[in-house]
Amino acid sequence: MGRTVIEKIIQAHTRDDVAPGRIVWLDLDVRTARDFGGPNVVKHFEREYGNAAPADVRKTFFTFDLCAPACTLKYADNQQICRDFARKHGIAVHDVDRGIGSHTLIEEGHARPNTTVVGTDSHMNILGAVGSFGQGMGDVDIAFAFKTGMTWFEVPETVKVVLKGRPGPAATAKDLTLFLCRELGTTTIALRAAEFYGPAAAGLGLAGRITLCSMITEMAGIIGFIPETGPSLLRETAALGMKDFVPLASDPDAAYADVVELDVEGLGPQVAVPPSPNAVKPLAEVRGVRIDSGFIGSCTNGRTEDFLAAAEILRGRKVRPGIMLKVVPATRRVYEELLKTGLLADLFESGAIVLNPGCGGCAEGHAGLTGKGEVEVSTGNRNFPGKQGKGPVYLASPEVVAASCLKGEIAGPEEL
Amino acid sequence: MRATTIRGRVWVLLDASGRLIEDIDTDQIFHNAHLHLTDIAQMGQHALGNLEGWKDFSKKVIAGDLVVAGRNFGAGSSRQQAVDCFVALGVAAILAPSFSAIYFRNAVNSGFPVLRAAGLAELVGEGKLRTGDEVEVDATAGRGRNVGLGIDFAVEPMSGVQSDIYKAGDLFRYGKTRR
Repeated sequence: MGRTVIEKIIQAHTRDDVAPGRIVWLDLDVRTARDFGGPNVVKHFEREYGNAAPADVRKTFFTFDLCAPACTLKYADNQQICRDFARKHGIAVHDVDRGIGSHTLIEEGHARPNTTVVGTDSHMNILGAVGSFGQGMGDVDIAFAFKTGMTWFEVPETVKVVLKGRPGPAATAKDLTLFLCRELGTTTIALRAAEFYGPAAAGLGLAGRITLCSMITEMAGIIGFIPETGPSLLRETAALGMKDFVPLASDPDAAYADVVELDVEGLGPQVAVPPSPNAVKPLAEVRGVRIDSGFIGSCTNGRTEDFLAAAEILRGRKVRPGIMLKVVPATRRVYEELLKTGLLADLFESGAIVLNPGCGGCAEGHAGLTGKGEVEVSTGNRNFPGKQGKGPVYLASPEVVAASCLKGEIAGPEEL
Repeated sequence: MRATTIRGRVWVLLDASGRLIEDIDTDQIFHNAHLHLTDIAQMGQHALGNLEGWKDFSKKVIAGDLVVAGRNFGAGSSRQQAVDCFVALGVAAILAPSFSAIYFRNAVNSGFPVLRAAGLAELVGEGKLRTGDEVEVDATAGRGRNVGLGIDFAVEPMSGVQSDIYKAGDLFRYGKTRR
């Protein structure tokens, strides 16, 4: 019988027979830990294995992105624990200058089609954007993976999601993603892999694929893949050194647990209202909500394309007095592109606060927290209570965040 | 070898309207303000510390108690502390209709019993499972029983790997016996 994308990747990394529901031992091409999770990985590793070497240091990395550079003593200590361990064993560290680990793994070519990559980041399945089986795991799992190069995994079922029609001109990849968060909720693809088909998915470039795949976690899914490609994706992946990029396709006779058809014809901007990424409404129903701050960045919307979209709205305009607009590029490479293209100046002159690369507001990171009652509109992926501080957080596209910060209330660019 | 029959008093995680809380995410279980903690002994006090109505859970729970939650328990981040905080308090098991994938793995790898029971919401809704009830769960046979009320309910038996890791103690112990 034919195989789905996830079944193909898993079969290429195990000697066990692959079928949904079966538990296999999976070879891991890349295993990583962050400044969060990392110190516990080191602690477990040294307690269990003493001074023994990791299975393969060339496949093992640390990536620091949560609190970069450290703004608390505890994070500073934790990062240094990881650095010391890395030096001792000859493990490469993508340090606090580099930005978000999952994005760095794409830029460095560690995550490629048909690879398996794990890390202490629940959004590691973002790597589905480049056809890689990325998976977030806890520190026990990762310590074991550092030592053995493998883990156990239950082969997930796959759901085929077919997007019918074409979204309207104002809809971005984030709007499509938020629409999916609402329609699929936390049940349809829960504990399953998803494959997205149809022109709205196939037409997404790399940044758009990253946005969509980053929120599979918020849909409770294992990972999402977009097997069909368009010309922009091939151009972008070539620019990152991925020659002849071809994501895996499923076999024509692959077996799906479910096939879901969704009509995206004429889809407009969407906003997730607090306190759930799945509580998504059309922008029209949320318009006018007074805000105190905006955030553009995160693993979901931290690529150059996202800042370009925001800069085109902010250029020559000023963020409304009293509103904070926090901008965090995903990686150093993105930051460099913003510098060299002049987009950084556009953002700066609008009044935005441009920070160094990293995760931004999640996990009490470096981009500032919301205080009690502070209403934020963010391009991030989570608005659970307490995730970005104490204030209520709305999730939206870079375009909507930019327009909202100019107006002082949730707004679309067409209202300016 | 550890027993796969677990008996204890349950805490049923209800919201203000008396419904079993679904989609409890890791920031409600173990808030990101405490992510820097690496000593398990310090983690228990923060368990459910950001879940409305349950912020004092760590003060009320007694070692050996069980927790019953709604579907998709442990959504969100990959933090192991969201499992370890219950281990630190001596919680015997967590029962829910479903768990997030990462949370479930983290618990299995720590040898902490997370057990899926599809009918919990109905059971709770009908008043057949309440906080304080004595419950016995056989994780091998897949049986649950509210001892006081004499009501049985189905529990998904531990999978092969979950059971093996649990019996070995944790993933590390299991890994050392495996090869």
